[in-house]
Amino acid sequence: MCVDEGEIVSLIGPSGSGKSTLLRVLMGLLPLDKGSVRMNGRIVDYADKAALRALRSDIAIVFQQYNLFQNMTVIDNVMVTPTKIRRWPRKEVEQHAIQLLSRVGLSDRLRAYPDELSGGQQQRVAIARALALKPKMLFLDEITAALDPELVDEVLETIRELSSDGIAMLIVSHEMGFVRKLSSKVVFMAQGRIVETGTPQQILDAPVEARTREFVGKILRH
Amino acid sequence: MPLQFRPILEQWPYLLGGAWLSLEMAALAFACGMLIGLVCAALLQLGPPYLRRLITAYVTFATNTPQLVQIYFLFFGLPEVGVILPPLAAALVGMTFNAGAYLCEILRAGMLSVRSAELEAADVLGFSRIQVLRYVMIPHVMKVMFPSLSNQFIIMTLGTSMASVFGVEELTGRTMSLGAETYLSVEAFIVAAGLYLTISLVATFMLIVYGRVIYRIKARML
Amino acid sequence: MPTPAQSLSYYDGRLLLIGLLTTLGLAVAGCGAGFLFGFAVAILRTTRSRAMAPLRAALFVYCLLLRRIPFLVTLLLVFFACQSTNAGLSTFAVALITVGLIATAYLSEIIRGGLESVHAGQWQAARALNFTHWQALRYVIVPQAWRVILPPAVGFLVMFIKDTALASQIGVMELTSAGKVLGNKGLPSMLVYGMILLLYFLISYPLTRLGRRAESKLAFARNR
Repeated sequence: MCVDEGEIVSLIGPSGSGKSTLLRVLMGLLPLDKGSVRMNGRIVDYADKAALRALRSDIAIVFQQYNLFQNMTVIDNVMVTPTKIRRWPRKEVEQHAIQLLSRVGLSDRLRAYPDELSGGQQQRVAIARALALKPKMLFLDEITAALDPELVDEVLETIRELSSDGIAMLIVSHEMGFVRKLSSKVVFMAQGRIVETGTPQQILDAPVEARTREFVGKILRH
Repeated sequence: MPLQFRPILEQWPYLLGGAWLSLEMAALAFACGMLIGLVCAALLQLGPPYLRRLITAYVTFATNTPQLVQIYFLFFGLPEVGVILPPLAAALVGMTFNAGAYLCEILRAGMLSVRSAELEAADVLGFSRIQVLRYVMIPHVMKVMFPSLSNQFIIMTLGTSMASVFGVEELTGRTMSLGAETYLSVEAFIVAAGLYLTISLVATFMLIVYGRVIYRIKARML
Repeated sequence: MPTPAQSLSYYDGRLLLIGLLTTLGLAVAGCGAGFLFGFAVAILRTTRSRAMAPLRAALFVYCLLLRRIPFLVTLLLVFFACQSTNAGLSTFAVALITVGLIATAYLSEIIRGGLESVHAGQWQAARALNFTHWQALRYVIVPQAWRVILPPAVGFLVMFIKDTALASQIGVMELTSAGKVLGNKGLPSMLVYGMILLLYFLISYPLTRLGRRAESKLAFARNR
C-alpha cells in the first residue's frame, strides 16, 4: 500500500480487520512485527527514537475517542505541542491555533474545557490539534464512529474542507459516502491483510475479489 | 556487620506460636467486631434518631483515635473503676471496639451500594421481601464488601502487634523477648518482619481465592 | 480522687503541648517526605524500558514489604539497626526515618493508583504528539491524576497520625508518651487517657472531614 503526497486514501473493511491497528503501528504506538515502512523513500526504524520523532513531526493522528487533554482548555490543547514540545514561538503558535480553531468552527469556545463540549466539537478540536504541527499527512482513525449520528456531519464537513489543502490523508472509516466522494484510492482490508486496492468506483461499485464484494454488498445495503 | 540468624531461626516454634496467637486474636476481634458492626449498621439504617447519633459518635470517635491509646485507656483506666482486665483481654476488647467501628462503616457502605433499580426489578418480578433480601441484596452486598472486609482483616492481623506493649505474647512480644535474650534484636525483628509478611501474603492469597470461588470476584493481587 | 483543675499543673499542660506538636511533627514531616519520595517512586514505576526493570522490581518489593509489616515491627527494626551500627541518632530521628520509609511506600501506591486512573488514550495522544514520557507525565497525566490522589492521601495522613502513637514505644515524647508520663505521676489514668484520646480526635477529625469534602468535590468535577 502506498500514500502519495496530497493523496487521500481510505481504508475500509470489517471490524477486527486490522485497520486501526495498522494506523497505530505506522505511528509507532504499537510494535512492528513484520514488513517495512518507508517514508520519503527511506525505511523507518521504529526502534530509533530520533526517527520516531521525525515521523511524528510529519504525521498527525486523530483518534476515534478524540483523546483531548482533559486538564487543558481547547486553545491550550491545540497550543501545547507546538509551544512546549517543539518550542515554536508562542505568538505565532497562538495565531495559528486561533486560525485553525475558527476553521473548524470553534472560535467561540477557545477557553472551554473538553468535558463542556459535545463529541463532535471535541473531535473538531482534535483535528485542529493534529493540524497545529503542520503535518504532511493526517491519519484519521474512525473519527466519527464514537459520535451521535447528528454530530457526524459537522466533522465530515470539516475534513472535506481540509482536503482541499493538499494534505495527504489516510482515513479509516465506515462512512461510505464520504469515502467515495473524498478518496482518490480505497484499500479494502480483511483479517489483517490487504485484499484489494483501487479507486472508489472500482472498489465500491465493481469489486473484483469475492470478499470485497461481500463486504461492500452488506455495507451499501444500508 | 555480620548477621547471625541461627539462634533466632532455631526458635521458630516459639515464634510461630506467637504468629498463631496473633491470627487467633485477629479472628476473634474480627468476629466480635462484625457482630457489633452489623448491629450498628442496621441501627443506623432503621433505628431512632438518638440511637443513630450515638452510633455515629461511636464510629467517628473510634476511627479517629489510635487503637493503642484505646487499649491504654482500657488497661490502665478501667481498674480505677474496679474493672481489671488482664492484658490479652484488654487488647481484645480494644481491638473489638476499634474493629466494630470500621466494620460498621464497611457494612454501611455495602448496604448503601445496592441500587434501587435492582430492588425495583426484583419487586416487579414478584419477589417477596425476604426473597429480595436473600437473592438480591445479600449476595450483592457481600460481593461489594468482600475486598474491604478482607483488607480490614489483614490490617487487624498486623494490628495485633501493639498488644505486645501490654505484655501479650503474640509474635511481636515474643520477638522482643527473643531479641533481648539473644542480644540479636535486629535479626529477630527481620525474621518477625518476614513472618508477618508471609502471614499477610498467605492470608491475602487465600482470601482472593475464596473471593473468586464463592463470590466470583476478580481481585487484584497485592 | 483529685479533680482535674487541682492536679493539672502548668507543666502538665506544657508536656501535653509538646507531645501534641511532636505527634503532628512526625506525622506531617513523615507524610511530606513520604509524598515527595513516594511521587518519585511512583513515577519511576511508570517507566517501561527494560533497563529500568530491576529498579522497578526493587521498588515493587519495597512498597509491598513496608505495607505488609506492622508499624511497630518496622519501627523496632530500624531502632535496633540504628543502635547496633552506633549511628547515634535520637529516638525522634529514628521515628522520623521509619515514618518516612513507611509513608513513602503507602503514598507511592496511592499516587500510582492515581496515575493509572488516567485514561490510556491520554498517553496515546501525548505519545503521538511526540511528548516524551516525562513531558506526558508533566503536562497531561499528573495534572489529571492529582484529583484521584488527594482524598486517599488525606485519609492516609489521618491513619498515620494514629500510627505515630506507637513511636511512644521507643521513647519518643509524643502525645501517647505524654499520657504515660502523666499517668505515672499519679493522675487518674482514665482521665489522662481520655484526654489523650480527645486530643487525637481533635487533630484527626477535622482532617477526616476535609478529606471527605475534597472527595465529594473532586468526584463532582470529574463528571465523565
